[in-house]
Amino acid sequence: MDQFYINLLFVGASFALYFGIAIWARAGSTKEFYVAGGGVHPVANGMATAADWMSAASFISMAGLIAAGGYANSTFLMGWTGGYVLLAMLLAPYLRKFGKFTVPDFIGDRFYSKPARLVAVACLIVASTTYVIGQMAGAGIAFSRFLEVDKDTGLVIASVVVFFYAVLGGMKGITYTQVAQYCVLIVAYTIPAIFISMELTGNPIPALGLFGDHTASGMPLLAKLDQVVQELGFAAYTADVPNKLNMVLFTLTLMIGTAGLPHVIIRFFTVPKVADARWSAGWALIFIALLYLTAPAVASMARMNLIDTVYPNGTDAPSIQIDERPEWMKTWEETKLITIEDKNNDGRIQFYNDKADMSDKGWEGNELTYNRDILVLANPEIAQLPGWVIGLIAAGGLAAALSTAAGLLLAISSAVSHDLIKNSINPDISEKGELMAARASMTVAIVVATYLGMNPPGFAAQVVALAFGIAAASIFPVLMMGIFSKRVNNKGAIAGMLAGLITTLVYIFMYKGWFFIPGTANLPDTVDNWILGISPLSFGAIGAIINFTVAFVVSNATEEPPVEIQELVESVRYPKGAGSAVDH
Amino acid sequence: MSSQPDSARAYWRENLRIIFTYMVIWFAVSYGCGILFVDALDQIQFFGFPLGFWFAQQGAIYVFIGLIWAYVFSMNRLDEKYDVHE
Repeated sequence: MDQFYINLLFVGASFALYFGIAIWARAGSTKEFYVAGGGVHPVANGMATAADWMSAASFISMAGLIAAGGYANSTFLMGWTGGYVLLAMLLAPYLRKFGKFTVPDFIGDRFYSKPARLVAVACLIVASTTYVIGQMAGAGIAFSRFLEVDKDTGLVIASVVVFFYAVLGGMKGITYTQVAQYCVLIVAYTIPAIFISMELTGNPIPALGLFGDHTASGMPLLAKLDQVVQELGFAAYTADVPNKLNMVLFTLTLMIGTAGLPHVIIRFFTVPKVADARWSAGWALIFIALLYLTAPAVASMARMNLIDTVYPNGTDAPSIQIDERPEWMKTWEETKLITIEDKNNDGRIQFYNDKADMSDKGWEGNELTYNRDILVLANPEIAQLPGWVIGLIAAGGLAAALSTAAGLLLAISSAVSHDLIKNSINPDISEKGELMAARASMTVAIVVATYLGMNPPGFAAQVVALAFGIAAASIFPVLMMGIFSKRVNNKGAIAGMLAGLITTLVYIFMYKGWFFIPGTANLPDTVDNWILGISPLSFGAIGAIINFTVAFVVSNATEEPPVEIQELVESVRYPKGAGSAVDH
Repeated sequence: MSSQPDSARAYWRENLRIIFTYMVIWFAVSYGCGILFVDALDQIQFFGFPLGFWFAQQGAIYVFIGLIWAYVFSMNRLDEKYDVHE
């Protein structure tokens, strides 16, 4: 069977499954629409959270980043899992006890302030919208490569599917679809990894194979990899970083950003009890770890395989001839994500770090460039796995992108219909009216996301960093202070959120251009110009510290919060009497 | 607040102590072993692989899972002890 039809079969079957769930899980009330009725089992919620969290970035991009950066990019592994420890201990159980529908709900009530609620809504919409763009772009790549349809057509198909289960089912439809999507994406990610690990190290568990021996050379895999990449002029795979401060801050930004992202937090509102919120976090991290423990193995093995492909007889022997290059290189060349250029006209491909001088070998520059995002998608082809594995990867990549997109869209639409319409503009709106408003804002959000996916702004890569910066610097600190301090008041919270948000935005804009408009950056975005070597992507952690400090100083200089607010803080701290999520 | 019963206060204090203990481990493993002391740990070859690198790409994640599950069980016990469970 032709590869195209295999891909179509896998993607079509997974979409049919999501479609079926949409029909089965329709939402009849706002409670079902916002929090899936509050009756989701913790294990199911753990799976849904894992799919909600693991996006196109985790599934498609992360292994490619680690393959290129080696140890230095461990930040993503630690940052995107360590945040769950913060969520489980510092936020999830208490916000579940609070028992409302959205993140701005808590901020508005706890800080008894409409402006605080609105600042939170603004942060949520900016953080979530920027994130959605990345998911749509990821879905576009998967469609155009595997289904040979035009990227825009692919996006419309994906949007129609999301429309059905998200608009009909709200959180209820999204939750059960995400459970299915988790199963699809984890199988798709691990099966090729197992094959590749077997081939390279003889160990069927990739996470163990990574630290095992390389079968062909008998050396430990990492030592072999360190050796060959250094022979090609790259830094050693396991080499330490020069600036530890930046690495610490970047990891911290990813961790507290993870814990502060609203689409992840609201998943914990869907379980019946406070204890279930804790269980859910535990299950979620196990399900996430299945992919995150495999990703570094995929990364190092893909890098090894790529080098082996170019240098089949070792890095000292002549490299592969261009007309003998494997099929998969040719298919990816068509998408322009791999380019080959014979600079020294020897008919062979040289792949090395051309900052190192290799002219004594007759090499005149690196001749193979590839987009890091293709590593996971091309992995089954590189390892010469059967066609159905490629079809599985196509379905898995789409599951990762769509499950996260749906979660983000729900966070956006509930902030609009619940926080803006119900709680700010028209408090008298009926239950039915609010449900309609929720469906309408979901529809608008999908249309906007599809449009942005078709016409991604040139700064798409930078804005994802913005999402983490905003969540880390504005949302996480106020949520934590709202639970752990009775003293922080409305003025402190608003001042803190704005101080954290503005300093973070200013630092990012200084290097990336004001509002990302090209040419408006004050300083070149290079290590030498960063203050203390702190990258704009790492600044969210500093923004969070500023937020905490300003909030405490301002609160202590002004009056205590009213007694009923102190009682509210008291009540979220004890699990008893949580009940289920209730409307106001 | 004065209306708050002593047992509730004790429950919250114990919760904070548990969180603090686990956060110290969380910090030590990810930022300590995974980043700050990675060089020193990489000198230790453990079955032929550098230990610091292992912490950064595998070990930290195992410890995070252990921490959340330890927290779940600690808190379930604490909820029972103070009779605040649902």
